[in-house]
Amino acid sequence: MAKRSVLGLYTEEDSAADALDNLREAGFEEDECEILTGVPYPEGTFGEAEPEHHLYRWPLIGAACGFTIALLITAGTELAYPLVTGGKPILSIPAMAIIMYEGSMLGAIIFTIIGIIFESRLPRIFMGAYSEKITEGHIGVTVTTDETRTDAAETALVKAGIDGEIIRGWE
Amino acid sequence: MQEHTQLSHKQINDDLLVDILTVPKWWLPAVAFLSLIVLTGLGAFFFMMYHGLGVTGLNRPVMWGFFIANFVFWIGISHAGIMISAILRLTQAEWRRPITRAAEVMTVFSLIAALHTPLMHVGRPWRVLYWIFPYDFSRGIWPNIRSPFVWDPSAVGTYLIASSLFVFVCLIPDLAILRDRVKNPIGKKIYAQLALGFRGTPRQWRLQIIAGILLSALVLPVFVSVHSIVSWDFAVLIGVEGWRSTIFAPYFIIGAIHSGVSAVAMLMALSVWLYGLDKYIKPDHFDAIARLLIVVATTWFFFFFLEWVYALYTLESPEIALRELQAFEWPYGPLFAIFVITSFVIPVPMWLFKRVRRSAALMFWTTILVNIGMWLERFLIVIPGLLRRTHMTFDWGTYHPSIIEILIVVETFAFVCLGMLLFAKVLPLIPLFDIKEGMVNRRLIKVGRRVIPATIREGLPHHYYQEKH
Repeated sequence: MAKRSVLGLYTEEDSAADALDNLREAGFEEDECEILTGVPYPEGTFGEAEPEHHLYRWPLIGAACGFTIALLITAGTELAYPLVTGGKPILSIPAMAIIMYEGSMLGAIIFTIIGIIFESRLPRIFMGAYSEKITEGHIGVTVTTDETRTDAAETALVKAGIDGEIIRGWE
Repeated sequence: MQEHTQLSHKQINDDLLVDILTVPKWWLPAVAFLSLIVLTGLGAFFFMMYHGLGVTGLNRPVMWGFFIANFVFWIGISHAGIMISAILRLTQAEWRRPITRAAEVMTVFSLIAALHTPLMHVGRPWRVLYWIFPYDFSRGIWPNIRSPFVWDPSAVGTYLIASSLFVFVCLIPDLAILRDRVKNPIGKKIYAQLALGFRGTPRQWRLQIIAGILLSALVLPVFVSVHSIVSWDFAVLIGVEGWRSTIFAPYFIIGAIHSGVSAVAMLMALSVWLYGLDKYIKPDHFDAIARLLIVVATTWFFFFFLEWVYALYTLESPEIALRELQAFEWPYGPLFAIFVITSFVIPVPMWLFKRVRRSAALMFWTTILVNIGMWLERFLIVIPGLLRRTHMTFDWGTYHPSIIEILIVVETFAFVCLGMLLFAKVLPLIPLFDIKEGMVNRRLIKVGRRVIPATIREGLPHHYYQEKH
C-alpha cells in the first residue's frame, strides 16, 4: 500500500515536542515520525530518539582503499620502468610514503563524503509532505504512514496547536 | 564575545540571500573588469605557449621566476582558508560562524590560481600529464615518483578535491534554503538537484555537524602535508644555497598561515563593505582574528629568524654571500626591507591596539601589507638562490620578469577575485544555517548585575535526565 505523509508546522519548540508526544500516544512508531527544522537544534530538543549512524567506518575503509591504490601505482610505476639512480633501490620507500599518505587521505575524505550523503539518507527524490516555511524558522513534524492512519496522525498534530493547515504529500 | 544581535530566521535569509536574489549595482562592472584582466592574462599565456618560454625573463641561471613565487604564494593563501575553518570548527569557536564559508571558498579558488602558474611555467602544459599519470602505455615511460614534481600534484590535487567536497557538503543546508526561496523555475530546479532533497531531519543535522568536525580533522593533515611538500620542491634540491634547509616545511606552513589568515581578514572587511554584512561580521570578529594573527605572525617571525640564524651560524662563505645578496644588494635589498617591514614590523605592533583590531578598515590595510610582504618573501626565496648558481661564465645572468609573466601573475589575482564574486552571486558567502544555529543556541543570562549572551554548546545526554528525573 502506498504511504502518505502529513506535516504540521509549529512556531514553538514546545508545541513540536508536544506533537511528537501526541503521535506516540496515538500509537505511531518512532520511525514513522520525523522533525524537520531549518537549523540544527541540540539533540533531544523535541524528545526525539537519537539517530544512529556508522559514519566513522567510512573514512577507515576509504583510507585503506586509497592506501592500496597509491601503493599499487607507486610500486607499479617504479617496477615498470626500473631506472637505477645513484645506486639506490628501485622501490624508494620515503618517496612512496608521500604519495601513499596523500592517497590514504584522499580515499578517507572521498569515502567520508559518500558516507555523509548515504547516512543522511540522501539523495531523496520525493520530498513527501514539506513546506518552504521550515527554512524560515517553522518547525515541522511529519508522519509517514499507511493511508488508513493519516486521520489519526492529523488529529494528533492539530491537538498540539499547529500553525496553519495540515500539509499532505505522497512518499 | 559580547556583541550580539538576535535575528529571526526569515531576516537572516533576507539579509544573506539578498545579493543572490538581486543584482547589486557594482557587481556587473566589477565582473566585467576582472574578466577583462583574466582574459588578458590568458591571452598572454597563449602568446607564451605559441612563442615559447623565451618571451619570459627566465634564463640561465634563474629558471624559476615569478610563476613559481606566485605558485607558492597562492598555495599559502589557500591554506588559511581550510586551516582557519577546520581549527575553529574543531575548537567550537563561536566567532567562526560568519567566516568559515568565505575562507573555505577562498581556499578552492586560491588552489586553482596556484595550479595556473606551474602549468603555465612548463610552457607546454599538456606535457605535465606525462609526469603525473602512469598512462603512456605505448612508450612505457612512467612518472618518476621519486621526484617532488610528482609529490606536488598528488598533494595539491588531494587538497583541491578535499576542500571542494568540504565546501559542497557544508553548502547542502543552504542549498535547501535557496531551493525554497528562489522563484525562477530553472534556478529552483538546479538548487533542488544540488540540495539532494535535504529536509532538515535530526539525522541530517547530526551528520552535517559531525561532517564539519570529521572533515576538518581529515583536511588538517592534508593541509600540513601540502605546504611541506611545496617546501620540499626547494629543500630536497642539492646545490642551491638557501634552499636546502631542514626547517623549510614548518617555516613554509607558518608563512602560509600568516598570509592566509591575513587574506581571510581582508575578505571579512570586503564582505562588510561590499555586501553590508556588518550585522554578521562585527568588530568582535576582527578583534578575534587579529589576536590570532599576532600569534601566527610572531611564530612566523621566529621561524624566519631561525632560518637566518642557521644560515649565518655556519659562516660558510656561499651562505653568507647569498644572505648579502638577499638583504643588501640591489634590487633585492630594498625588496627585503619592504618584505620585513610590511609582513611584521608595521602590522604586528598595530594589532596590539584594540582600536586597530576592531576596525575593518585598519585590519584591511594591515593585512594587505602582510600579503605584499609574503609575496615578496616567496620571490626572495626563489630568485636570489638561483642567481648564485653561476659556476660557468655562460651562466652569468640576472632575472627581469617580462610583461607576459606580470600579466599572468596579475591574472591569478583577478581570477580569485572573480571566482569569489561569481560564487557570492549564486551561493551564500556566510553559512546561513550556522548563523541560525548560533542564534538558537544563544541565550541571555544574568551574571551579577549584567545581562550577557551565553552559548549553549550541547545538551546533556538522554540517560542523564532519566537518572536525575
